[in-house]
Order: sequence, then C-alpha cells, then structure tokens
Amino acid sequence: MIIELGHFALVLAFVLALAQASLPLIGAARGNLALMALARPAAFGQLFFLIGAFAALMHAFVTSDFSVLVVVSNSHAAKPMLYKIAGLWGNHEGSLLLWVLILALFGAAVAGVGHNLPAPLRARVLSVQAMIACGFLSFMLATSNPFARLIPPPLDGQGLNPLLQDPGLAFHPPFLYLGYVGFSMAFSFAVAALIEGRVDPAWARWVRPWTLAAWCFLTIGIAMGSWWAYYELGWGGWWFWDPVENASLMPWLAGTALLHSSIVVEKRDALKSWTVLLAILTFSLSLLGTFIVRSGVLSSVHAFATDPARGIFILVFLVLVIGGSLTLYAVRAPSLKGGGIFAPISREAALVLNNWLLATACATVLLGTLYPLLMDALSGGTAKVTVGAPYYNATFAPLMIPLLLTMALGPLMGWKRGDLAGVLSRLRFALGVSIIGMLAVWYFHSGGPVLAVFGIGLGLWLIFGALTDLAERIRLFRVPFAASLARAAGLPRASWGAMLAHGGVGIAVLGITASTAWTAEKIILMQPGDEAEVSGYVYHFVHAEQGPGQNYTALRGTFEVSHNGAPLVTLQPEARSYPVPPMDTTEAAIYPMLSGDLFAAIGNPQGDKGWSARLYFRPLQSWIWAGAILMALGGVISLSDRRHRVGAPRSAAIHHALEAPTAAPAE
Amino acid sequence: MTRRQRRLYTIIGAMTLLSAAVGLVLFAARDTLVYFYSPSEVAQKHLPPDRNFRIGGLVEEGSVVRHPDGTNIDFAVTDLKTRIMVRYTSLLPDMFREGKGVIAEGKMNADGTFTASSVLAKHDENYMPPEVADALKKSGRWKETGAPSPAPGGTTQ
Repeated sequence: MIIELGHFALVLAFVLALAQASLPLIGAARGNLALMALARPAAFGQLFFLIGAFAALMHAFVTSDFSVLVVVSNSHAAKPMLYKIAGLWGNHEGSLLLWVLILALFGAAVAGVGHNLPAPLRARVLSVQAMIACGFLSFMLATSNPFARLIPPPLDGQGLNPLLQDPGLAFHPPFLYLGYVGFSMAFSFAVAALIEGRVDPAWARWVRPWTLAAWCFLTIGIAMGSWWAYYELGWGGWWFWDPVENASLMPWLAGTALLHSSIVVEKRDALKSWTVLLAILTFSLSLLGTFIVRSGVLSSVHAFATDPARGIFILVFLVLVIGGSLTLYAVRAPSLKGGGIFAPISREAALVLNNWLLATACATVLLGTLYPLLMDALSGGTAKVTVGAPYYNATFAPLMIPLLLTMALGPLMGWKRGDLAGVLSRLRFALGVSIIGMLAVWYFHSGGPVLAVFGIGLGLWLIFGALTDLAERIRLFRVPFAASLARAAGLPRASWGAMLAHGGVGIAVLGITASTAWTAEKIILMQPGDEAEVSGYVYHFVHAEQGPGQNYTALRGTFEVSHNGAPLVTLQPEARSYPVPPMDTTEAAIYPMLSGDLFAAIGNPQGDKGWSARLYFRPLQSWIWAGAILMALGGVISLSDRRHRVGAPRSAAIHHALEAPTAAPAE
Repeated sequence: MTRRQRRLYTIIGAMTLLSAAVGLVLFAARDTLVYFYSPSEVAQKHLPPDRNFRIGGLVEEGSVVRHPDGTNIDFAVTDLKTRIMVRYTSLLPDMFREGKGVIAEGKMNADGTFTASSVLAKHDENYMPPEVADALKKSGRWKETGAPSPAPGGTTQ
C-alpha cells in the first residue's frame, strides 16, 4: 500500500511539474501575475510529493519489503541499517529518485527565499527547473520505476554490492548529487536570463551563491569518492581516470570556471554571454555525468541494448536539454552586451585565462572519456580502445601548470588595469620560498623526477601566494600589528574564502605530487614473524586469522609497525568475503600521519608460502583530502559573506551603501 | 583599449590555447591509447613487442602456475579458441579466478607470450567485462545462459 502511495506521489509530482513548467512561463510572457504566481505553490507541492515518494521507498528499504523489485536486487535482510538506507541510492532507480528530490529541494528553495527576485525572472527560473524535473520524472515513470513490484516476493534480497557497503560511499552519492543538481540552478537562471534577454550584476549575485554551494558539495563528493577508492579498492591509488570519476570531474572543472567568471559579471558587468554559456555547459556535463554513471554507457555501449527504451530516452533528453539551451543561447547571446572594458593585464584578464584553461582542460577530459565510445561506434565494434592515465598526464597536466602558475597572480591584480611588475615584486617572497623548497627537495631526494620537484614548487607558490594576498590586504608589517588584526577582522568573508580555497589547492598539489612521485611499495609474501622495511618503517607481520564480521567473514592480518626502533602503530588489514552477493573485498589498514600514510593490505594465503601483503608508505597522502576540504571550506566561508546573506539587491544604490564599509583596498 | 582590440586579443588568446590543446591531444593520442584485443586477434596480428595493449578473455582452468618466489604468476588467457600465456609479477586482484573473465595490460614478448604490467578483474562473481564477452562472441563460444548483466562498482586493478 505504501509503495502504491509512493508511486502515486511520483505521478502527482510529475503532473505538478508539467503545470509548473508551462503556466508560469506563459504568464511571464504575457505579464499575467496570477499565472506567474503559480510557480511557487507548484514548487512546494512538487517537493512535498517527492518527499512522500522518497519516504515510501525508504520505508520499503528499511523494512526490507521484498515485494519491491529494487529492494530485492539491492538489499538484504541481514545488512546493517546504514547500508539498507544507502541501498536506496546505490542503484539506478533509487538514485534517480534522490536526484529529482534534490532538484525539487533546490526549486523550493528559490520559491522560498526568492522574494526579492523580479516576478518574471522567478517564474521563468522555476519553470526551467520544472522542465528538468519533467524530463527526469517521465524517464522514471516510463522506464525506471522504483516502485515496481515483484510478485511473488522472494524470501530474501540479492544484497548490495559489498564494495558499496562503506560509510564513505554511503554519503558519496548524495553529496555528488547535491553538486550536480545544484548546478541546475545556474542553468535555470541562465536560460531564464536568455529568455528575458538580460544579464546584469544582480543576476550574477543571484547565480553565484547557488553555484558556490553546488561547487562545495561537488568538491566534497569527489574527495569522498577518491578517498573511498584509496582505502576500499586496496590498491593504494586514489584517482584512476575512470569514466565514472571523469564524469564528476568535468562538471567540477566547468563549475570552477563558472564560479570565477560570475565574479567578473558581478563586479565588472563583463563576460556575460560567456558566463551564461558556462552555466549551460556545466549543467549539461552534470547531466552527462549522471547518465554515464547510471546507464553504464561507457563501460559498454551494449548496456544500451539491454534496455533500448532507456538508452533512447536518455539520448533524446540530452539532445533536448543541451541542444535546446544552446540554440536559445545562439539566438539570444548576441544581444547580451558586455559592459566593462579591461586591459590584457588585469584581474578580469587573469580570470579569463583561468576560464580558458579550465574549459580546455575540461574538454580534454571529455574527449578522453568519450573517445572509446566514439571509436567503438565508428568502427562498428571492432576497435576497442582504452584511454588511461598516460593520456591525461600528457594533456590535462600540462594545462594545469599555467593555471596554477597564474593562480597566485590573479587575486593580487587590480581590476581593469593591472600592474604585472608590481604584483610579481609583491610575490617575491612566495617565489623565493618555492625556489628554496624545490632546491631542498632536489637535494634530499638526490634528483628525483624533475616534474615532481616542479610540482612541489607549484604547491608552495600557491600556498605562499595566498598568504601574500592576505598579508597585502591587512598591510602586515607595514602598519602596526594591531591595525593589521583589525583589518583582518574587517576583511570580507569572500576574500577569506578565496584565500583558503587557493591555499587548499596548493596543499592538494603538494599531496598529489609527493604521493605520486615518492610512494614506496612492497608487495611480498610474508610468514608470521617476517619483517619488511618500507621507507624506514618496519612492518612486523604478527599473525593472520579468520574471523566473523557483521555480514561477512574476514581474514584479519596484524602488522606491528615501528620507526627507528620505536613501536608506532598496529595495522589490521582485512580480506573480507561476503556471502550475499558472493564477493571478496580488501579492507586496507591505513595510518595517516602528517608526513604520509602507512598503508597495509593483506591477500589470501598462497598455499604454505605465507600471505601476500601490500605495504606502502605514501608521503603527504592525506594532504590531498585536506586540500579538498580546505577548498570546500573556503567556499562555505565565502558563501556566508554578508553580500550573499543580504540577498539580491533591490537597487544598486542600497547595495553599494551596504558594501562600502567592508570593501577591501584591492577591490 | 577598445572593444575591437579586446576582441582581437581574445580571439588570438583562445586560438593559441586551443591549438596548444589540440597539439597535446594529438601528441598524446599517438602513444597513450591502449587497444584491446582478444587472444585470437593477438595471434593473427603479430603486434610489435614494444606496443602496450590489453588482452581479455577467460582465465583458462588449470593454467595458473604460481612460482616459488611468490610473486611471479603464469596463466593462460583464452577466448576458447586461442590461448595466450601471460606472466605477471605482482599480486593478483581479489576476483581473479580460473574460468572467470580477466583483462591484462602489457606487451608481447618475442616468444609469443605476454608480460602483463597490470591485471584487472571485476569485483563481482558473475560479471563479465564487456570486452571479454565480445571476444567470446567473436570466437563463437559465447553462451547466452552465462550472459550476466553489468554490475555497479568500478573496475579495479
């Protein structure tokens, strides 16, 4: 009964979305306030019914109702509660439901807090949101109904893939989706602005917080996914350039570009049509990402063949959304006149360079991700190609270098007309630190890969560049210290956020470089009592024993690690065997330290020769995630800036009055 | 600076960057693309020994030999028509099983054996990598009854 109610709620949400997609749009075109006003209650109604549908499916998962097909194929009565809940979005149908729920949440948020948006703009934004919802809801109802019954119900379910039974991954999809779907706001605002033919700083002020919020979620989501790959796949890698990973990286790159270009629209009233295009592209990549992951197109073109209806629906939907919005863009963009003019050396120009580099890098990733698919389709299935890390190292990495080099310059540059020599002289301290750092690394690692030494220099350049930015803004050492502190307290939070995020990138670059270049590994067979030394850390293998777990059995190895003769930590990696579905997983034991991670994984016994063990020392590994967390934190702090809390300006005059006392000297 | 000049700079800048990117991609495509072949195709094609590529098929039953040093492993990859001997010097993934699908990446040796630099197996008992399924179909040994559906979860090495 509850399941049928859930299904019914989903249908009602669809009907409401249809009304919300059409009537307010007509109202906005005709200046009919009553029709425009419909958007708001419709958005709330949609959210209400989708919460109902979600709750109904959640109920089925929590109570293990095996008369529901998705529960049977993705859950099991003996599973821990957390993974029963996470099982809801660990599959195609359920994850789509989560997607539309988040979409409705964002829609209702605009309806709820958008009092000061002009009525036609709000009506149009909500209409576009509802159009996206219509697409997803009809896709679900027609081809992927999460409420499909299975009669007669089996006694137990088939279980959730044990690899997905992990706290890191339980929360990974919701974060990723909050990011993907969050970009739908930028998209809806962009399309609404194109329909209106008007993009102004107020528009950018509205788009930015949504984009920023989505970007923070996506950053955390990607970091969680990579962290999961690091400790769960037992291989010690944290990024594989897998299509599924690329699917989340592409919207992140485009979203990062959007975040920066919307600053230019907001502050300088320039780059309007480019920003609108980026908003469209970012969300299109999010859509592509959602479908790449869920349809399995990329692991196999033939996944389409298993359910042709789904494949065709997805293609038509993508063509409609991307093609439709780009056509609208082509028609309307020429009318978006740019305002502010700027010199080739200026903060605007630096942001343009940032955008070009990010967009190009994103394009190389897109090409690498889709290339195998194109080759397969064009050759009729005879040429199978894999694009792996070497491709990305040769294309993506060289594009990142100029981006990171100029990243420290941009924030110090003045608007309109910058002074490159002045900026460079202010950055001489950061430059000095990077050079000393590179020389030190070169000396201690007696050579080492040149690129890695350069990477360390880049990381330091970014961190000290961000610190220089801070020191400049508070006039450190040039005015009394107390005055500097007072200035620091008065800095806009957006400036703090940008510095933290840029410094976070620097920290992540250090982590990525060090762990890629100087990881030490040993893959050996060990008998109890054996010792192995990795980078000065001695792993003493005590014993391995079989034991039961919550819903699995595990082989648990015990390693005592010591450094310079002093005992440091005991690591207990596991090799787990799950009965439902039958599968083995590796649970690595990781001891994170500031200087690097100790990592141990154990494999099955090899006859009487002992157990296979993988032992690693991965220098600065956790800095990668610390950097990602700092980036997201910077975003959150920036989001709390009073400029965003005050909301969209009713008139420019009021806003300038509000902002003037806190404006930083460099702005 | 006038609007016209700005447009000129923009176009020059964008073109420079774009051509750099195209150059990088073409340069990368030359030697970073990894092709996939079935054992039968490998036998026909006589691939040069320095080419990195992937082979895929089933791990032949009874073919796995672990050498006493513990980390050297020999096994045969078959599409049930042709078999290729593979040597691998590392730990095999958890899901490596005789009779199950496998993908190995590496290079051919002069004696017609294959040295793998990495071995991939999917983390699911019933999963068959699509390339392997295709290789089996090509050799005419594909049995529909054994046709499993792709499962969620990434390929692991």
